[in-house]
Amino acid sequence: MKRTNRIGGRKNLVKTILLTTFMIISVIIVMLPFYFMFLSSLKPGTEILRKGLSFTYDPGVSSFGNYNSLMTYRDGIYWHWYKSSAIIMLLQTVLGLFFASAVGYGLAMYRFKGRGVVFALVLILMMIPFEILLLPLYRSLIRMKMTNTYFGVVLPYLVPPFMVFFFRQYVMGLPRELLEAGRIDGCTDYGVFFKIMMPIMIPAFGAMAILSAMNSWNNLLWPLIVLNSNEKFTIPIGMGTTITPYGNAYDVLMPGAVMAVVPIVIVYLFCQKAFMTGLTAGSVKG
Amino acid sequence: MIHSSEVRGRNKRWNRAQRFLCAPKVVPYVFVAPFILVFLLIYLYPTISTILMSFQRIDGPNISEFIGLKNYRKLFSRNYFMALSTTANYTLWNVLILVPVPLLFALMIHSKLLKWPNFFKSILFIPSLTSIIVAGIVFRLAFGSLDTSLANKVLGMLGLPARSWLMNSGTGNFVLIALTLWRWLGVNIVYFYSGLQSVPQELYEAAEIDGATAMQRFFSVTLPSIRPVLIYVITLCILGGFSMFTESVALWQQNNPGGVGRTIVGYMYMMGFYKNDMGMASAIGLTLLVLVLAANVLQLTAMGFFRKED
Repeated sequence: MKRTNRIGGRKNLVKTILLTTFMIISVIIVMLPFYFMFLSSLKPGTEILRKGLSFTYDPGVSSFGNYNSLMTYRDGIYWHWYKSSAIIMLLQTVLGLFFASAVGYGLAMYRFKGRGVVFALVLILMMIPFEILLLPLYRSLIRMKMTNTYFGVVLPYLVPPFMVFFFRQYVMGLPRELLEAGRIDGCTDYGVFFKIMMPIMIPAFGAMAILSAMNSWNNLLWPLIVLNSNEKFTIPIGMGTTITPYGNAYDVLMPGAVMAVVPIVIVYLFCQKAFMTGLTAGSVKG
Repeated sequence: MIHSSEVRGRNKRWNRAQRFLCAPKVVPYVFVAPFILVFLLIYLYPTISTILMSFQRIDGPNISEFIGLKNYRKLFSRNYFMALSTTANYTLWNVLILVPVPLLFALMIHSKLLKWPNFFKSILFIPSLTSIIVAGIVFRLAFGSLDTSLANKVLGMLGLPARSWLMNSGTGNFVLIALTLWRWLGVNIVYFYSGLQSVPQELYEAAEIDGATAMQRFFSVTLPSIRPVLIYVITLCILGGFSMFTESVALWQQNNPGGVGRTIVGYMYMMGFYKNDMGMASAIGLTLLVLVLAANVLQLTAMGFFRKED
């Protein structure tokens, strides 16, 4: 008995080593692009044009000088892009969370006529690719004179169906007695929502805030259509403009890429749990 | 006196408005009102508008003319079918690669044999935080046409001739899938992992007592238990596959040589914004909508989503 166990144990040890080695290799491969990105951000653009990506760090040509030239590139346009991205991210996240939480709360907390229909609509909209609606939305935006405005960028994301779904699921798990108790204390239903429910929903807000911020920060297509002046571009659009058929400005592109990734990775490292909750919210309960 | 009665009148109106908004019958509708508005303005109106536009020629924001089925007759061109095949190909491989590979990783991370599972899960997730444009820059360089590009160096080591990866469909699609896999692997792992965690441990123990092999356990315990997650991930893959555009922009900047890597959404965008043919673009968009809905309904039916649980 004991012997088989020991053999089983050794077998398991071999499996552990194999599995762990495989994972380490996978992680290295997955992280390679980041390594290249950082290494290239230190090299002169001509070097990248000539040689492409390479593993080697060459102290002769490498320096942080590119980061300096990024700051001064076209009168510091990169900072305008950064600011645009940040403003849009903030607007989209704050408004989206506010409206989606209210709608999700309404759907979960109240029984009313048409509730089933509204919820079915939420589910259907989650299935429609937003890309299809770009053209007519853009036409409406022109009519409303909202092209090249931040609010125009945020408009389609005011009440994201996915978030409504998430908040609805979350509020379904809260005790309805809270509403009754609040009413008895003389709160209006809105007071109950703002003063009692919102504080309880903080974990849900955290998860959705991160998801929304991440989506907004990396969004390309819709901002690309709405925004048309250089200072209002977001980072992904701006970075795209430095890629031209006549040669890419790698000295700007690479440090710009690093600077765009760093903040969101830092946020991720600090709030991993919220990232995971936000992500898995919709999947476990099919 | 007049002044105070005016104030009283205003107060009365305000009170009445407040009482109306706080009436138990009204409250839930106030809460869901934002969604209704967005549904009407951002989804329903544009959808109807797309349908109308697909039968029109549009010469400006407010100038249009009905031209019947002309857009649709023009639609089925070589460019369209090329974009359609790129999109269909991409979606197919998306489902074939981005479901099993992350599932395999999730199983490994979930297995007790692996060391530092949380570390691996965290690191593999990081690529999804980068913008596709940024990731695309590195992938373009790695898969450049130069003999010295990374991918060609690897081919050289294997004794294979260099390729211009992004210049023809087969290898172009390969790079697209590689980019997608890189970015989404970690995300799908998280989905599957959360599914695996919710599988009751007793089921495995029972299966083990019954003498089930690892394979049998996977197919008769794990897979059925994570069905909701599986449906969710496949749905996301199909949706993401059909509506893919940014990955293609990241690799080709819309200068797709001979249409390589141009997707349906990319074609729609090109027709709408470069060729200024909004009517035609709408027709393209509508065919995409029909395809996506059909694919999703088909997939969900195949997986028994509409069957009532017993």
